[in-house]
Amino acid sequence: MNVLRRLAPILAPLLALLIAAVVGDALILTFGQSPAAVYRLLVDGTLGNAYGIGQVIYKATTLACTGMAVALGLRAGLFNIGAEGQLAMGGFAAAVVGLLLPVGTPALLAVPVCLAGAALGGAAVGAVPGVLKARFGAHEVIVTIMLNFIVLAFLNWIVATRLHVPEQLHTPDIRAGAIGRLAGAFPAFHGSAANWTILVALAAAGFMAWHLFRTRQGYELRAVGLQPAAAESGGVHVGRVWLRTMTLAGAIAGLGGTNFVLGYKQYYEEGFAAGAGFIGIAVALVGRNHPVGVLLASLLFAVLSQGGLAVNAVVPKQMVDVLTAVVIIAVAVTVPEMQRLVRGAHGANR
Amino acid sequence: MTDSALEAIHIVKRFGSVEANRDANLSVGAGEIHAVVGENGAGKSTLMRVLAGLFVPDAGTVRVHGRNVTGWDTRRAIAAGVGMVHQHFMLVPTLTVAENLVLGQEPTRGVRLDLAAASESVNSLCARTGLRVDPSRRVDALSVGEAQRVEILKVLYRGARILILDEPTAVLSPPEVRELWTVLRTLKARGDTVVVITHKLDEVAEISDAVTVMRAGETVGCLRTQDATPAAIARMMVGRDVVLAGDLVRHGDHAPGAAVPDVARRVALEVTDLVVARPRQRPAVDGVSLVVREGEIVGIAGVEGNGQTELIEALAGLRPTEAGSVRLNGREIVAFDVRARADVGISHIPEDRQRRGLVLEYSIADNLILGLQHRFAHRGVMQRDRVRRNADRQIEAFDIRPPRPDVPARALSGGNQQKIVVAREMGRDFSVLLAAQPTRGVDVGAIEFIHARLRAARDGGRAILLVSADLVEVLALADRVAVMYEGRIVVTLPRAQASAEVLGPYMTGAQRGAKLS
Amino acid sequence: MIVLAFLVQALRIAVPYLFAAAGGVLCERSGVIALTLEGWMLTGAFSATLGSYYSGSAWAGLVCGVAGGLLAASLHALATVRYRADQVVVGIAANLLAVGATRFFLRLAFDSSSNSPRVSGFDWFAAVSGGGTSDGASLLSSLANPLVLLGMLSLPFVSWLLNGTPFGLRVRAVGERPDAAVSVGIHVGRVRWLAVLGAGALASLGGSYLALEQHQFTDSMTAGRGFIALAAVIFGNWEPRRVAVACALFAIAETLQIQLQGLQLIPSQFVEMIPYLLTIIALAGVVGRSVSPAALGRQVD
Repeated sequence: MNVLRRLAPILAPLLALLIAAVVGDALILTFGQSPAAVYRLLVDGTLGNAYGIGQVIYKATTLACTGMAVALGLRAGLFNIGAEGQLAMGGFAAAVVGLLLPVGTPALLAVPVCLAGAALGGAAVGAVPGVLKARFGAHEVIVTIMLNFIVLAFLNWIVATRLHVPEQLHTPDIRAGAIGRLAGAFPAFHGSAANWTILVALAAAGFMAWHLFRTRQGYELRAVGLQPAAAESGGVHVGRVWLRTMTLAGAIAGLGGTNFVLGYKQYYEEGFAAGAGFIGIAVALVGRNHPVGVLLASLLFAVLSQGGLAVNAVVPKQMVDVLTAVVIIAVAVTVPEMQRLVRGAHGANR
Repeated sequence: MTDSALEAIHIVKRFGSVEANRDANLSVGAGEIHAVVGENGAGKSTLMRVLAGLFVPDAGTVRVHGRNVTGWDTRRAIAAGVGMVHQHFMLVPTLTVAENLVLGQEPTRGVRLDLAAASESVNSLCARTGLRVDPSRRVDALSVGEAQRVEILKVLYRGARILILDEPTAVLSPPEVRELWTVLRTLKARGDTVVVITHKLDEVAEISDAVTVMRAGETVGCLRTQDATPAAIARMMVGRDVVLAGDLVRHGDHAPGAAVPDVARRVALEVTDLVVARPRQRPAVDGVSLVVREGEIVGIAGVEGNGQTELIEALAGLRPTEAGSVRLNGREIVAFDVRARADVGISHIPEDRQRRGLVLEYSIADNLILGLQHRFAHRGVMQRDRVRRNADRQIEAFDIRPPRPDVPARALSGGNQQKIVVAREMGRDFSVLLAAQPTRGVDVGAIEFIHARLRAARDGGRAILLVSADLVEVLALADRVAVMYEGRIVVTLPRAQASAEVLGPYMTGAQRGAKLS
Repeated sequence: MIVLAFLVQALRIAVPYLFAAAGGVLCERSGVIALTLEGWMLTGAFSATLGSYYSGSAWAGLVCGVAGGLLAASLHALATVRYRADQVVVGIAANLLAVGATRFFLRLAFDSSSNSPRVSGFDWFAAVSGGGTSDGASLLSSLANPLVLLGMLSLPFVSWLLNGTPFGLRVRAVGERPDAAVSVGIHVGRVRWLAVLGAGALASLGGSYLALEQHQFTDSMTAGRGFIALAAVIFGNWEPRRVAVACALFAIAETLQIQLQGLQLIPSQFVEMIPYLLTIIALAGVVGRSVSPAALGRQVD
């Protein structure tokens, strides 16, 4: 029982991965392929060469940011489904700032300014459900989902009418604030989108860990998530914590937008955020809302996502979307089941 | 006894390590109104739920008209004519009276719900019982008294001939209570059997034919009401003779009243005409005024649910107040939030430590600074070494076990969990302590420890407002005793004049008096 | 004629909303969050296409569409009702699953990543009139579809179910006060299972309509309609009549936007935002606050 209790936090995600692997096998078999061969292809295409690793790093950077945005909310007892819109707004804000800066602004100035723009853009989107929840009690799940659509439609409009390059769905190239590729320092990554924004993600993870576990606000944030009534007795204004947390989560997701905008394409393009917010939920769940866990889980889902492309020739890449969804559902099912198992059958009798 | 309608024999019911019923017995004669009395936590509600099929007992037998039905479920209980009216209404607020009434046993015409037939049933039941309620009204538009009538009708609709009512009068106004008695007598006249849980001894005398007294999960006696005096029942309820004497001897040298409060002493807490509202009911706290002076413990006795919780939470800043004033050392603090109140010297031991008092997943060290986190942070960063030193000091001073600051509070026993709360709230500078149920669910050793701490704080010049459902505790600690009943303070007495016999009638609403001191 | 054409177009846009919103009302009134309407619609659209393709009959397609929706809904009920998994997490993931799985099987069945071949739909009128090309004929042909009628009846049906049957009474009780329902011997899990299955079937009818009307399945063809339906449910305060009005409102706004496209009066993106903005405003309680079923999203054990 004690061993089980200690292993429980890891056991549930592991079991979930196992279920996903079984589903994956079944899908591969429907295509008449050998699961072992497909999985080998998947691993070879992602971790087997520097380009693949570079792509995984690139994708993990975005997912780590959205994953943290979801995880931070969950730590305060809030379900942030809005990472998608926060990410898009962050990327857009970074592009706008990059467009406004004069050509030739030194990177040392331009990059931080663009990053700040991204964080502010994401924070603004994150603050809306925070205010509505704290002030009116509006459920953050519905608000963030609806807000995603609103933000994406709004950005779509701005880009289509004001900022686009003719015949394209993206803005012009930014004038300043570009973040270099990793290939600049490590030529082996040549061709991959991996860039130094990974440092932003790592710094955000470091900040999140410090904020959660070392600061007074983090102490209050976790207390609100675990036991709001006790936090209230401890003099914490629960509504204020909700607002602050959602704003911060939005900022982190917004920073993730720079990975594409500053680090990869140097422009904002419609749809670059597609799906990253939702996979961020999977990242947060599998990473158990801990910054380190989120970083690891973002690598896992980046491997899956990049691996989909690697196996696309033999099995449709959508297999990994299915697997991602299965992992989320399986974690959602197994975690409460595990908790019940570990806590025993208290009060089962009714 | 073959004429028993309902019997419970040696019932045992545990929840985890807590024994809610240890040896509960009940025998209700057919066609009688039977009162079950006991203090909070005596196991009355648990026993009733066992009878109604909501809980399966761990041991013991339930019989209905001599038939063994132990371990049945609600469905079979309903089918056998046993129905329960819950203290917290089991009504769906968005449905109409008629819909609530027939829920689960709907009359149909073809596949359709026959609402006309449902309304008809309501009306005919109303006519039979004298309960009046409009079948087409939504339940959330009803008063509490009306909602209770619907609950009773619901049980009758299901064909119940044995009704169990769990504290039916707790939420009713006096005219509504009189109306309820009329209804219960009507039912009795029809030959139905009624079991009523209550705290209020005047009600026992008024309505019941027989009374069963429970204490600490056991049945301690069963009497015919005509042979019982309220004082005798009160004694059985709290087991006063033995325990009270023991307490006084044990704490002889610190006996309350030894430090007779000097009226000239400074007033620390002054509450004037405080009102705390409640939706759709009379105010939970209905114009309470009281003073607590430095160096005294004022104990508030009373049956739970008479506004004590709301009073304490309002004083701590957790509940908005409708009207009134709260002064701390002469300063008006009624507009202060929780932290501001704590910072000017209010400490609070919440009654529900698992919900309000502790973050159970947090370590002992982190729980020891809850509410003080801003004092353990420098420029927003927690000072972990200070948190740690504070934990080491408090763990030693309050003998918290295990003495390991990193252990989550969830892993501790109830007594040690409570010591964390007490250490946090008393281990710092404060002028007024609000102590709500400070020893509930705590082992004997921890009780003595906590009591000693409270006395020491009092002797050190602090003001303490104590709320306890346990009269023994109030009498053992308080210098002055107030009784709260239906949101008001009905009497305040110096400890020397207070006793179970004197206070009992006030607590049970049998007597209301003017403030004596 | 212009008015008629406008109304017919609005109706055609409204049909999928009406189906999905009817499912959403049923599901949410039982206390289960209907975040997966989109996924159930998409599953329904895909399986209807499969059925129609392999049988050549739109009716068989319809049956397959509902079967697909029921399958997806049972997965949802299994996870959230039986295993008490978080409804929001499962709801979001189930949508991802529907998108991924339909794409995967689109490749498997038709070896395409974008669309299926043409399948048969309900083309009664076209068949009878020999493919008349007049405006009137094309208008009528788009109405001569059993699913249009069913769609218009879906919310009245759910309304009747909720307010006129014992099952509906239990659904409402379970969504508000599950403990009260338990106390009178109702199996909360069973009621929620049935409500979720009913919602899956209704939403998949909406998806089937889309696929059969367009005579093919295209990747992610529901395009957020499930979320607009959810918005209608919330904006309509979970009452079938008001939800129907919300669906009509959203459909009319969309039709206006399509009809006025050339005029550029209001950017189309702002029209797209209308349902979502109205929902947020309703939730915040600025005008006539939406109040959800009290036990929505709450697990019962």
